[in-house]
Amino acid sequence: MAEFLSLKSAVETHVHDGDVVALEGFTHLIPFAAGHEIIRQRRRNLTLVRLTPDLICDQLIGAGCATKMIFSWGGNPGVGSLHRFRDAVEHGWPHALELDEHTHAGLTNRFVAAASGLPFAVLRAYAGTDTSQHSSTVARVTCPFTGEDLAAVAALRPDVTIIHAQQADRAGNVRLWGITGVQKESVLAASRSIVTVEEIVDGFDDDRNAMILPSWVVSAIAHVPGGCHPSYAAGYSDRDNDYYEAWDDLSRERDVFEDWLEHHVYENGSVR
Amino acid sequence: MSGFSTDETMTIAASRELAGARSCFVGIGLPSIAANLARALHAPGLVLVYESGTVGAKPTRLPLSIGDGELATTADFVISVPEIFNYWLQPGRIDVGMLGAAQIDRFANLNTTVIGSYERPSVRLPGAGGAPEIATACPRAIIVMRQSKRTFVDKLDFLTTIGFGDGNGARSRLGMPGFGPRVLISDLGIFRPDPETFEMTLTSLHSGATVADVRDATGWDLAVSKDLVETPEPTEEELLLLRRLHAASNTNAVN
Repeated sequence: MAEFLSLKSAVETHVHDGDVVALEGFTHLIPFAAGHEIIRQRRRNLTLVRLTPDLICDQLIGAGCATKMIFSWGGNPGVGSLHRFRDAVEHGWPHALELDEHTHAGLTNRFVAAASGLPFAVLRAYAGTDTSQHSSTVARVTCPFTGEDLAAVAALRPDVTIIHAQQADRAGNVRLWGITGVQKESVLAASRSIVTVEEIVDGFDDDRNAMILPSWVVSAIAHVPGGCHPSYAAGYSDRDNDYYEAWDDLSRERDVFEDWLEHHVYENGSVR
Repeated sequence: MSGFSTDETMTIAASRELAGARSCFVGIGLPSIAANLARALHAPGLVLVYESGTVGAKPTRLPLSIGDGELATTADFVISVPEIFNYWLQPGRIDVGMLGAAQIDRFANLNTTVIGSYERPSVRLPGAGGAPEIATACPRAIIVMRQSKRTFVDKLDFLTTIGFGDGNGARSRLGMPGFGPRVLISDLGIFRPDPETFEMTLTSLHSGATVADVRDATGWDLAVSKDLVETPEPTEEELLLLRRLHAASNTNAVN
């Protein structure tokens, strides 16, 4: 059953040095506040997992939390490059970042396989590409029924998956709607999960066909209104596009980034 | 009609290629602009599919990202990412895929991963995203990108997405069901695959560009169609609607 914790306690309890940590949310409901808490708690040697490692991973990488990243598209959506990610890959700052990169479909199916309790998933992809040459988690497999040559991708089981959702009820069930990305699969794939939520409600009061994650597949829930800022939570907030654009300048130079980190993450403390 | 940019010519030419399409898998940037222009111009029923899971999005302004809230609130339906890739894209249910890239070669293979070596790149690019499966599964692909010797290269630094591999027959050898890139549109001209060799061949020149200009901006020995034509200039209506899309996006940029 999900345990209601402060964000600080949730990260202390469930995110450890060296863990494989998935942070999901496809441009919507990105768990930024949890990412900042990981930075504040100075976790190290993490393997970050995220389809679209945008600003949240740029911040974790620049802060020195990660030594590996498993991903499929790493940019600042609608703006440009991730400068901290590029600095790590191109110059090894603050240290080298090992990569295991996939296509969106490939990484998605790695979560699907793990959520399904299977060792791998199969899809029509990767043939002839350089991407498959650089990943040890892609292989070729022959269909036993048709003989067709297909890609196999290894199941990906994070130690912990962190997502942000609109609501939890008092029994610890989680409800999210709008663009739901790969959140369900990434939570079901993981050994543990933390969900930060906009609101805690008495009960889910309408019949919308929302995504529900029952209390018994969630480890911890933390009430963090605005915890996905600068991304957005449908029904609660709008995307802060100025932040995404400003990040281009804030992240470009190491000293400017470190100043941002000091004032906006470390000094901010664990407020919730 | 006077006074239009090479980018406008490119975007408008790309939107024309969507005539008759039922559905289009769209990436952010130039492809998204072209697809939204097509909806405004000549394809009001075109189903726009974004990889965030928004199907049938009808944005009133250009989306800022692939998961813009505007896409979700205007969509016919919104589904999860596993569903979009496994149930909708992979079986070829989406007619057209629109793609861009940092580098392209003569067989319309694309690089969006690195410039330089993989281990020590001079520029680390975003990576594959949805492009490889879009190029694999969609019955046809349209590629839109600005052209120079740095982008139209003899040899890709990294092969992220297969167009026609090493030429005729490569796609079927690799088990790729869709036709592949039917057309490549740059800011100088339009290229289509040669029916025998599958090399991208210059078939249409945009207004103001010469074959010499295109050769100068191509990193391989360019093939030119013997039936080379000139791309019809953008019409007033096309320019008006394109500029209106941009204007709406600049005054209403939230979510």
